[in-house]
Amino acid sequence: MTILEFTVVVAIVSFVAGLLGSLTGLGGGVVLVPLLTIFFHVDIRYAIGASLVSVIATSSGAAAAYVKEGFSNIRIGMFLEIATTFGALLGAFLATRIPTSALAIIFGAVLLYSAYVSRKARTQAERSLPPDPLATRLRLNGSFPDLEGQRTYNVQRVPTGFSLMFGAGALSGLLGIGSGAVKVLAMDQAMRIPFKVSTTTSNFMIGVTAAASAGVYLSRGYVDPGLSMPVMLGVLAGSLLGSRILVKAETKSLRLVFSVVILVLGLQMLYNGFWGKI
Amino acid sequence: MPAAQAPARQAQPFKPQPWRDRRIEVILGNLLRTGVLVSAAVVLAGACIYLYRHAHDPADYRVFRGEPSEYRTISGVIQSVISGRGQGIIQLGLLLLIATPIARVAFSVVGFAIERDRLYVAFTLLVLAILLYSFLGSGIGV
Repeated sequence: MTILEFTVVVAIVSFVAGLLGSLTGLGGGVVLVPLLTIFFHVDIRYAIGASLVSVIATSSGAAAAYVKEGFSNIRIGMFLEIATTFGALLGAFLATRIPTSALAIIFGAVLLYSAYVSRKARTQAERSLPPDPLATRLRLNGSFPDLEGQRTYNVQRVPTGFSLMFGAGALSGLLGIGSGAVKVLAMDQAMRIPFKVSTTTSNFMIGVTAAASAGVYLSRGYVDPGLSMPVMLGVLAGSLLGSRILVKAETKSLRLVFSVVILVLGLQMLYNGFWGKI
Repeated sequence: MPAAQAPARQAQPFKPQPWRDRRIEVILGNLLRTGVLVSAAVVLAGACIYLYRHAHDPADYRVFRGEPSEYRTISGVIQSVISGRGQGIIQLGLLLLIATPIARVAFSVVGFAIERDRLYVAFTLLVLAILLYSFLGSGIGV
């Protein structure tokens, strides 16, 4: 393949991944690395570097829209970013030391878990939970606009959520993804944050988390300009388009299709990892 | 829309609203979007030069070689931009992209300081320190 052909095909694939990721809320980054490694035979380290860069672009590009809606909680975001950025640094340093087949296996496991989470109904946080003393001291509790006006919420189990976010950051730094699935676990399940708040807050955290490991990747020579260019531009364009048509689109069946794709890619990554093909 | 929400927010007597001044948050959101669009434009400009010169070279990413130092450090990238290399300009766009969320965190320090929230000024400075350590301490600044 010539560079022109490669660039055009990768840009189209990235565009579709960004569009589907944005429409389904599952994120496009998670399918990019397996697609690049399995179908384009890109070394997984280059693929992770390119994916990480595209994750920053989509997160930051969508932030302006989310901010206007008034759901995101900047204190929760900033507090948890301490955990995710530390985790991301650790993940990025680990990524340069562990064999690529191990990376592929971890990636496969994360894909299977993401497919599972995407099929499970998200548990909506119960209303009127008692305030947690630590969360109160950290001023994490907040409110957001609801049908009946402002709805307040009290954040629960801060240490559990914080530790899980460290893990989410480490996976993000290790695999070059946004690790939305682990963030959902931390913020919805452990901390009981209403999911309108957790989705938008986690989106705005993803860019900062990815930026923490991107410097390490770039300085190690994992970010190739020729590869990152079509990936970043394609994913960005796809996700911006996706966020515009989100309201009208029927996402239920799309979500099913996309989670099957994630499942298949996860199995393929496991297979390649175990048989040393990556 | 924000005008309709404002009275409801004022009716909440007890909790400090996160970012009492929503304007700061909107400014930060726009900063992020501007950063992304500017870096995408730079990447696109680099892409035109890169494709114009290398369109028919073979593409091969099977073997990991690592990037040469001109694409791994800030000074190297600036050097290759000056000499008009497409890949250097793409890499400059990617550096701007990485710097965008870091700038957002830096401005958040100011936001929390305006609210006199010392705890969150400290938290935000910690996050900023981690980011700067990663960005500059990993050898990129050489």
